[in-house]
Amino acid sequence: MKDKLNIIVMNGTVDKLLAMATIVSGAVAMGKDVTLFVTFWGLMAFKKGAWQDPAQQKLPAEYQEFAPMMQQAMQNMGVNPWMQTLRTAKELGNVKVYSCSMTQDLFGMKMGDLEDVVDGEKGVAGFIAESQDAEVLVF
Amino acid sequence: MTMTDTASQGISVKQEIDARGSACPGPLMELIRGIKAAGVGDVVAVLSSDPGSNKDIPEWVEKIGYELVANEDHGEYHRFVVRKTR
Repeated sequence: MKDKLNIIVMNGTVDKLLAMATIVSGAVAMGKDVTLFVTFWGLMAFKKGAWQDPAQQKLPAEYQEFAPMMQQAMQNMGVNPWMQTLRTAKELGNVKVYSCSMTQDLFGMKMGDLEDVVDGEKGVAGFIAESQDAEVLVF
Repeated sequence: MTMTDTASQGISVKQEIDARGSACPGPLMELIRGIKAAGVGDVVAVLSSDPGSNKDIPEWVEKIGYELVANEDHGEYHRFVVRKTR
């Protein structure tokens, strides 16, 4: 088992973001260093306040019909919002979050537009260089 | 592995964390937070109503090399008692 887990966060739908944040937590629990490279629709979800705004929370169209049921079940189970789970993981472990600089330019986003969980921006080459000795997941 | 209530009797618990009502990975992360703040030799307990904790917490304790003093089944929830051994 490698001691570094790097994740390309490309999707901006709540289901994948929640799974991503939960996996980051598990990796932190098992002592791994985690680096997130947040790109494309993923970066939209890291816009300040987006995770708390129902209008900006996306689900994949093919599962849209399950949304109300899932929301209720998750509330009953005490599932935390994905951003809160990610923050807790970052607080307890070594988690770095980088935004993709190209996506930022594409969407016209500044660092100040993003949640403060984001540590900085990186280009793809920088992320790949950092992933040399890491397992890489795409979400 | 399930131990009885008596397994942790006579052991002084430094901190008891009530993570009932919190889903995966909440209880494990709260335990990690408590253990981080604890000193070597301290015992921390966490209450969890999340069924996943019954696998996750003992596995984590084993991997990290701490001691699972007790895993008490209270029906609605489990109480995990962990000693920070190093």
